[in-house]
Amino acid sequence: MLELKLISKRLGAMDMTGVSMRLERGEYFALLGPTGVGKTVLIEIIAGLIRPDAGGVFWDGVDITSDPPENRGFAVVYQDYALFPHLSVEKNIAYGAKSARADTAEISARTARLADMLGITELLPRKPDTLSGGQQQRTAIARALATEPKLLLLDEPLSALDTNTRTRLRGELKRINAELGTTILHITHEPEEAMALADRIGVMLDYRLRQIAEPEELFRRPSDAEVAKFLGIRNVLTVSSVQDDICEVSGQRIRASAATESTRHIWIMPEELLLSDQPFTSSALNQFKCTVIDWDHSDALLAVQLACGDLRLVALITYTSFQQLKIEPDRELYVTFKSSAIHCL
Amino acid sequence: MSENAHKKSSLFRRWWFELLLGALGACLLLFVLAPLGGMIYATSIGELSQAAAEDAVIQSIKITLLAALFATAGSAIFGIPLAYLLARKRFFGRSLLLAIVDLPIIIPHSAAGIALLMVIGRNSLIGKLTGGGLISTTAGISVAMAFVSLPFLVNAAREAFAAVPLRLERVARTLGASPQRVFFTISLPLAWRGILSGMILMWGRGISEFGAVLIIAYHPMTTPVMVYQRFNDYGLSAARAVAVLLIVICIAVFIALRLVSRIGASEGRDA
Repeated sequence: MLELKLISKRLGAMDMTGVSMRLERGEYFALLGPTGVGKTVLIEIIAGLIRPDAGGVFWDGVDITSDPPENRGFAVVYQDYALFPHLSVEKNIAYGAKSARADTAEISARTARLADMLGITELLPRKPDTLSGGQQQRTAIARALATEPKLLLLDEPLSALDTNTRTRLRGELKRINAELGTTILHITHEPEEAMALADRIGVMLDYRLRQIAEPEELFRRPSDAEVAKFLGIRNVLTVSSVQDDICEVSGQRIRASAATESTRHIWIMPEELLLSDQPFTSSALNQFKCTVIDWDHSDALLAVQLACGDLRLVALITYTSFQQLKIEPDRELYVTFKSSAIHCL
Repeated sequence: MSENAHKKSSLFRRWWFELLLGALGACLLLFVLAPLGGMIYATSIGELSQAAAEDAVIQSIKITLLAALFATAGSAIFGIPLAYLLARKRFFGRSLLLAIVDLPIIIPHSAAGIALLMVIGRNSLIGKLTGGGLISTTAGISVAMAFVSLPFLVNAAREAFAAVPLRLERVARTLGASPQRVFFTISLPLAWRGILSGMILMWGRGISEFGAVLIIAYHPMTTPVMVYQRFNDYGLSAARAVAVLLIVICIAVFIALRLVSRIGASEGRDA
């Protein structure tokens, strides 16, 4: 089990403070955040390539903060693969096992097994610069796994690959985690990738770990507006004041069952917004007269942007509704949503 | 203006800058090649074979090539580790070390020879221990050559190490390799070509050394010293034959070494 306790590090413009987290054995953990928030530095601190200014790295309760990287048994896979250009694919994969002075038969058996698992057996005699990006990344993953790492650290491993290769490699990573039981810490800037792979997701913004949660939980209850915004969640609204269960937002009064005095933001899933020609009557509902500004496609649905005075909302509707409502710019409609559908942050 | 002339002038307008660069570069190459070519052209085969038949000449060429080789090999043992440190570590005083490495390039070589006399001469500590020092020995010649030519090796090796991506060394560490294993299996093999070309350069610079060698050892006579001695004692054509012989041998050895290092590198790539 990996544990980070209050890791701090200053490096150039980066000022990371108080990062703490735990990783259970066998877990697939995604560290999610935009580029340049210190994710790679954090991984290199875990790997022992960078010393933190303060705080500690623990494995099964043992402080390994000052252990050199070669004694930790954590393998790193980088976005640019970092294969050894002077060695064949086979020798790249065997490199770690050779460092550990495993016997030759065992090394070649392990290499063959991993090459087979990742589908790169035919590439074993080739040099890295003759391989495609996907093949290089498979080699890099095999090389890391050949050391039988206690922890596999993946630094944006799929970001440089085309969509098809990325999807296939995602499957492989998931399989490695499930079949070999390898504990994985995976850095990514794509919420979708984290969602597809991870048991738990940690969101990192501005050099701080802002929230750790299971994927559904994270997307259902982002800890604050910035996290929600980064996750691509729409309709995160800033609350200017709260009175009982009424939140004042951009000059409109919105009833939110879960609102408390400390509510600073509210979030309504775009799917929860109902559009209609005529108003409904119910006190449990929030209802506003609004104008259509624009719309765009969101998978099979349409995201319609609405203005209710200064309040801006996005509603997801089907094509059928779109046609029935005769949506066009400046069209006037009623938008309705339940007070219980509002998440308070 | 006819269409053809127009075409020509637009061609000129398009390429004039490249042509200018080429012309200026050609002047410089001519400056190097003309004297050498002239000297080789002026030397008859007869003069050359006469010089080649002379024991003293062959002996001096042997001493020159070997002394420079020892100088290079010795400097490599101490210089490659230094180059690696300078390429990889950032520490207080690093730029001072870089300047010290470059010192032999700017010091007049005769002055360097005098300075070396203080360390390996008869009255130095080494001189007293060995009874006479390294004055007038092949070892002394090697020391003089090493002193003036080691910047070429250290700088080339430092650049070669710096060109190895740091990330490769880091990945190797996370795969369980100790710093020394990383050095021997990743850094050194990847920097090897650059280091080798630095060694070839240093060796060549060592062969050509005159000033410092002259102060340390008039005898055994290296070829550059012999060229000078023959010029003083017998005149231009006697000196020229010896000079051309050394140049021809050096060029042959250089070409051979370059070929070997290229084949070595491409074999490493295909293995």
